[in-house]
Amino acid sequence: MSLLEIDNLSIGYSGIEAVRSVSLRVEAGEIATVIGPNGAGKTTLLGAIMGILPSTGSIRLNGESLTGTDIEHRVERGMSLVAESRELFTTMTVAENLRLGGFRLRAQGQAALQRGMDENYALFPRLAERRTQLAGTLSGGERQMLAMARALMARPRLLMLDEPSLGLAPLIVRDIFRTVAALRASGVAILLVEQNARAALAISDHAVVLEMGRITLAGKSADLAANPRIVEMYLGAGR
Amino acid sequence: MDLSILLILLQDGIVNGAVYALVALCLVLVFAVTRIILIPQGEFVSFAALTYAVLDTGVAPASLYLLCGLGAAAFLRSCWTRRGSELLWLALETLILPAIVTLITIWLAPLHLGVAVQAILAIAITAPLAPYLYRLAYQPLAEASVLVLLIASVGAHLALGGIGLLVFGPEGSRGPAFTSAIFHLGDQTISGQSLWIVALTAASLTGLYLFFEFTLLGAALRATAVNRLGARLVGIRTSQSGLIAFTLAGLLGALSGVLIAPLTTIYYDGGFLIGLKGFVAAIIGALASTPIAVVAALGVGVVESFSSFWASAFKEVIVFTLIIPVLLWRSLRHQTTEDEE
Repeated sequence: MSLLEIDNLSIGYSGIEAVRSVSLRVEAGEIATVIGPNGAGKTTLLGAIMGILPSTGSIRLNGESLTGTDIEHRVERGMSLVAESRELFTTMTVAENLRLGGFRLRAQGQAALQRGMDENYALFPRLAERRTQLAGTLSGGERQMLAMARALMARPRLLMLDEPSLGLAPLIVRDIFRTVAALRASGVAILLVEQNARAALAISDHAVVLEMGRITLAGKSADLAANPRIVEMYLGAGR
Repeated sequence: MDLSILLILLQDGIVNGAVYALVALCLVLVFAVTRIILIPQGEFVSFAALTYAVLDTGVAPASLYLLCGLGAAAFLRSCWTRRGSELLWLALETLILPAIVTLITIWLAPLHLGVAVQAILAIAITAPLAPYLYRLAYQPLAEASVLVLLIASVGAHLALGGIGLLVFGPEGSRGPAFTSAIFHLGDQTISGQSLWIVALTAASLTGLYLFFEFTLLGAALRATAVNRLGARLVGIRTSQSGLIAFTLAGLLGALSGVLIAPLTTIYYDGGFLIGLKGFVAAIIGALASTPIAVVAALGVGVVESFSSFWASAFKEVIVFTLIIPVLLWRSLRHQTTEDEE
């Protein structure tokens, strides 16, 4: 049994099927990635897995069906999504954003919360420096770090990242990907959606290619990175 | 006009303004968390004031029917989606709580235990109406637009107005003062009631501040106000936040009703005007800033007391005219911020 099992998932809005019968697996402790061009339905797919968008088909986490449940229930069960738009609490401080990230574990008390915050400050030292600053005043890279740290505060079993590199400077992108790769060691499974196919394939174990709402290729990331069609379309021969 | 009259009017204005501040605070709080403009807030005020006045006569108030009825209706509205322990909690909140409050009230009402007990009973009877109303009228519409929620608010206000007439009758009444003490400060007299009002308002404001700044639940409510999707993504149920916001609004609304009951004769529909004055203050704070809303509410109270001295026939007109320059200023300012974006 895989951690996340998705079968025949279709998502349509206003009459158009944006994603058509997608099936994919994410194993515990691995990084899986969905690559594909703009508008292929990658963000829509994550939205449906998280329960933001309605969908048909089956979504199971650790064997438990999540069909028809709401976002909050899926958070309770151990899913976290870092949305493309980050969705931070912009008028609250970095520390408050993190504290609220741990809302799922509120019953475990202050000490557990503090431990989670310390771990995330260690993972993202920049956030520790900015802990009393309002989230809305952070730079783009810092916002992405805060969004990831806030999601990690819930100690998810599955972390979903939607375009973590979007709009960030290359150096910061490298940092973010390094952190994502390091998270694998902590045992959390990651489902990564990226346009930056080169970086995504480099750190992931498995990958699927989503084009026009359908999965056109799936396999080990290393194999896909060597696939001539992928090289030509997403990696660029000369780069 | 000499200094002593000025001071009397000022004192009067601040006392009334304190009550408006509580109302304004609730409107800002509820709007920020749920995007609902809570027109029925005034009903909580008048229902609490009238309940408090009836309790003083040693009779169990008819608003107990309203409490139990609305609780049962809220239960029926929400019960079919609940199972197990959730259903138990719902029953505890909407069925058992009103039953307990009713029994205690019937037991204590004839004993004439004094204003403190009456005030607490009046708040206990009125405050739960707010969360029941949320479950009944607003929760099914939680994702609707602000306009739809406003229409629901108008509906709830009109329905509660009718129920208020049925429950309390058309006669107005005035509740007993908390204390008959009078203090002298130079040649000024300050009633103990005024001090109670200002002190309880200040205590409520401080309590709210501590709740929002220093508790996780308070932070969760603020988070819901800042970013609803963000709040849901960390597992904060927005419907739960709404319920908490309404509970606070019910508590503070009932408290303002009990505070204002000794100052003026309240009719079943009298809360609406009080609510509107709170609304003026909330609008001055752009339905977002609580400190501005509180200061504005004090201002509304002072303007009202001065205009009732100079032109008492136009008292309400002057207070509500205040909103026009504020709206003009707001709309001009809003345009410039749009240009900057």
